[in-house]
Amino acid sequence: MVRSRCCTNSPSSFRNQYDNDISTFSPHGRLHQIEYALEAVKQGSACVGIKSDRFVVLVALQRQGGELASYQKKVVKLDGHMGISFAGLTSDARVLSNYLRSECMRHKMTFSRPLPTYRASHRYGSRPYGVGFLIAGHDAAGPHLYEFSPAGNCLDYVAHAIGSRAQSARTYLEKHVAEFATSSVADLIRHGLGALRETMPSDKDLTVENVAIAVVGVTENPSDEATIAAFPHMRKEDGFVAFHALSREEVDRHLKAHQQTAGTGAAAAGGDAPAAAAGEAMDTSE
Amino acid sequence: MDYFPLNWGKPRATGDEHNWLATPGMAGAHARRADMSPTCYAPAGPTSHTSSPIVTGTSVVALKYKDGIMMATDCLASYGSLARFRDVERMVPVGNSTVVGASGDISDFQYIQHQLKDLEIDEYETPDGHHLGPENVFGYLHRVMYARRSKMDFLWNTLVVGGLQDGKKYLGCVDMRGVTYSASTIATGYGAYIAQPLLRKAVEGREDTLPEEEARKLLNKVMQVLFYRDARSLNKIQVTTVNASGVHISEPYSLPTEWGFAENIRGYGAAQN
Repeated sequence: MVRSRCCTNSPSSFRNQYDNDISTFSPHGRLHQIEYALEAVKQGSACVGIKSDRFVVLVALQRQGGELASYQKKVVKLDGHMGISFAGLTSDARVLSNYLRSECMRHKMTFSRPLPTYRASHRYGSRPYGVGFLIAGHDAAGPHLYEFSPAGNCLDYVAHAIGSRAQSARTYLEKHVAEFATSSVADLIRHGLGALRETMPSDKDLTVENVAIAVVGVTENPSDEATIAAFPHMRKEDGFVAFHALSREEVDRHLKAHQQTAGTGAAAAGGDAPAAAAGEAMDTSE
Repeated sequence: MDYFPLNWGKPRATGDEHNWLATPGMAGAHARRADMSPTCYAPAGPTSHTSSPIVTGTSVVALKYKDGIMMATDCLASYGSLARFRDVERMVPVGNSTVVGASGDISDFQYIQHQLKDLEIDEYETPDGHHLGPENVFGYLHRVMYARRSKMDFLWNTLVVGGLQDGKKYLGCVDMRGVTYSASTIATGYGAYIAQPLLRKAVEGREDTLPEEEARKLLNKVMQVLFYRDARSLNKIQVTTVNASGVHISEPYSLPTEWGFAENIRGYGAAQN
């Protein structure tokens, strides 16, 4: 069978010939199916992860499938010490989260210890999964933030964002990266909201409906009264705060705090770009 | 000759008669069974189970003391009533904070050692700052022993796992049925009847204050008593100490014994009584 070669040997023309199969390389050494899967991740609404010396925070944008629909849940708990946020095909996210949940349980049953975050690994079906994960976990070796991509790469991050217009969020995170290690949980969340805000068009805003926030880590002073009040989920013996999504009231509180700092435009705290620059970044990346 | 009894009488590809290295499952190259038998070392032919132990080790004793745990075994692998192999090490370190001791079938223990080695290698390969402690190793062995019992293909051992898990002393025992038990003194085999009362009396309540020298003396005495009373034991023993500085398995040494009293017993002594 002769394939019609429509034009010259430019890279773009190879796509159609070498992209039908996950296991076919293109002459330029690329696996186009995986690249297409990565595109699926970029279609999903953004999620941001940031970690400090003690905590990992996930902040995600929840899309609404139309005026009458509910907001897509974006934060999934895998075990007491680990959870994910995702961007991409929701059905693939569901399949993979179920698999990761059973892996966590299996490891815990066999070895009497929580699955170390790094070892939650990809599974492959007949095609790459069209979803990217940000995995937040805390184990004996401290807090961890990993990205799992459809390419099968597992990368360790201090802060990261994936999904639609995530580059703008990453730019914000790069600007503030020096602050994260010693930030409080509230500050991590504030930065997460700031980064997430960058991915939205200027006419939309973060609300208590379209934002999900999750937290996992260990507090410094578990017996301190203010800490006990701030972390109702905290285990008092050692200050461990299990992975959990924040309640509506808590999200609301953090949103208001973020709006205050962003609104005043204080250089140190709300140094993230105000709406104008953010809007500019939005329009060019469509 | 073909040392694999399960291959005798089996049709083999021509030219293959002298290939004594071929593993039975692959020997009949044309006949590859899809369902492998339960254990990885058994051929893909008739299934084989350990139905009774052949070469066996006797008691394992262990206790918690001030700085960690101590475990003792003798160096004998018996072939029924024959004291066959007298320099066998029945305790192995796993990582640098765990020791596993075994009584029962020695070939099954060697298989378990192989599995533990694989575990250690996997843990080493994954550079995420985690280390396997005694509780993790114990959990794993429990699952293995129970899974095998559920297939009616036992690993004919009683395993004792001891060490320090994040600074805390741990001692556990799992048997061929997957039954687990954790305490500050553990003894298997004859030790469970003869040694356990001695260990409990000396150790219980004093786990955090019992000094190392006293613990060592106690273990030596207990192994001596076992040598006198257990007909399948030896007075050449090893003692393992696990503390903050790691796992230390001693060289084998002999315990002194006193048989002079037999002189005065009619039928046992040399003198005519």
